Amino acid sequence: METAIIIETIIKAVIILSVFAALAGFTTYIERKVLAFMQRRLGPMNVGPHGLLQLAADGIKLFTKEDFIPANAAKPVFMIAPIITASTAFIAMSAVPFFPEFELFGYTIRPIIADINVGVLFVMGVASVGLYGPLLAGMSSANKWALLGGARTAIQLLSYEVVSGLALLAPLMLVGSLSLIDINNYQAGGISNWIIWYQPLAFILFVMAGFAETNRTPFDLLEHEAEIVAGYATEYSGLRWGMFFIGEYANLFTICFLISLIFLGGFNDLWFISGGLAIVLKVMFLIFFFLWTRASWPHIRPDQLMWLCWKVLMPLAVINILITGFVMMF
Amino acid sequence: MSLEKLKNRDVSVDDYINIFEDEYPKTSWEQFKQVLRRSVKGELFKGLGIVLNIMRQALFKGEMQTVQYPAEKLPISPRYRAVHKLLALLESGENRCIGCGLCEKICIADCIRMDTRIDENSRKEVLEYTINMGRCIFCGYCAEVCPELAIVHGGRYENASEQRAHFALKEDLLTPLDKLKEQKEYSGFGAISPDADEKIKKTPLSY
Ligand code: SF4
Ligand code: SF4
Repeated sequence: METAIIIETIIKAVIILSVFAALAGFTTYIERKVLAFMQRRLGPMNVGPHGLLQLAADGIKLFTKEDFIPANAAKPVFMIAPIITASTAFIAMSAVPFFPEFELFGYTIRPIIADINVGVLFVMGVASVGLYGPLLAGMSSANKWALLGGARTAIQLLSYEVVSGLALLAPLMLVGSLSLIDINNYQAGGISNWIIWYQPLAFILFVMAGFAETNRTPFDLLEHEAEIVAGYATEYSGLRWGMFFIGEYANLFTICFLISLIFLGGFNDLWFISGGLAIVLKVMFLIFFFLWTRASWPHIRPDQLMWLCWKVLMPLAVINILITGFVMMF
Repeated sequence: MSLEKLKNRDVSVDDYINIFEDEYPKTSWEQFKQVLRRSVKGELFKGLGIVLNIMRQALFKGEMQTVQYPAEKLPISPRYRAVHKLLALLESGENRCIGCGLCEKICIADCIRMDTRIDENSRKEVLEYTINMGRCIFCGYCAEVCPELAIVHGGRYENASEQRAHFALKEDLLTPLDKLKEQKEYSGFGAISPDADEKIKKTPLSY
């Protein structure tokens, strides 16, 4: 029994690693294409049909590029930083149930690596550890822009973390469990049971915090090309740079899965659509939404982000928790 | 327009448009109200709508702006001043240039250089004719001044090359013999206007 579980876990881990590493690469392609269409461009076109092989070309380029370490950089930290981002992004996935249970050769497979009963806490915690990557990268690069990027990482971490935690608290009070599977099962009764209807404010707050966490456009202060060249990644090249972005896209997927699991009904069946497909559709829509906002919304300044998070969003989240508490009491 | 209006030179007073300036919030309460107002107004979502609409137009209505450049080229204006062309005489395929030297004189970048001599028939013959494309500013004076329409500006705007020498070979610029029948009278920069015949006046000599 023990060995079976170990083997199963290893297989799942390998599958998740390979699928999401590949998806992260593919998302860069999708992002470039979608952004291009939104700006009346074509995007990658020349490598392969409609630029599909651009992925492979980019991969080869990243792998074979010189691995550059600046002279005055704090070498070990500089080298480890991208690994932190990439690995925490994948570690966070271990507590996310991606699909409903299904049977394969008479053996029930639960598409989650570890069903720990504090799933949400684990995912949020590990994902925020991921921001140590950019932080350390920025501080160790011996580069002004990188240092600024690192400082902004700290600002961002301080801003969104409290909002995302407080925003999640209200739905968790409703469900009464920290396990993502329990949260999912709570919404089993169709669309009207989705938590988004009970907790619209928490949903909005959590999505905003998710934008900050995955540093997507309105809040991508870490790597704000318009202001600080490439932020924390200025000195990175080749594979290390690639790892930052694999981590970022993997994080994007984690956040999208979290949003769909907690607020949008998770992997419960949707009318005639089976649960597995339903959650894929939701995640795809969320990813599209992330790209969409990148094409349409302006950046904000770091001080604006901090002002927004601490003076507007956090009080709103607290009020939301209070109201939820009162409603549950009476 | 009435005469009074025409005579009114004081245009700065009326019809002045004041640029609307936002009233910036002063206290933090006003700031908060501004944030709230802007979020409720849905400006952000209007932006999303516009972008989605652009994407729809680009994808389904063919309003794509991209030009697949080397394969697909935008038409340029006939009066565009690109790399020079030396036109040939339609009868003989010879260079039209009579060696008058006007283009060399007028060139403000001093990049045209020519060598001539008087040949056996005591006509001027052009021995060397070079244009230093590295110096040329494409002002078009040479094409303007040429009395024979021998030097004109062509439409070749892709000027990248590995060697400077490529830019000044007469063989590149002169219409080759086998392409002579495709040579068109030039309507671009330096060409005479289509109604030149009507405009022209007889010189006193022909009276
Ligand atoms: S275009 Fe102007 S600069 Fe160029 S060769 Fe003619 S006169 Fe000289
Ligand atoms: S102005 Fe025309 S005809 Fe005279 S030398 Fe130059 S190219 Fe020849």
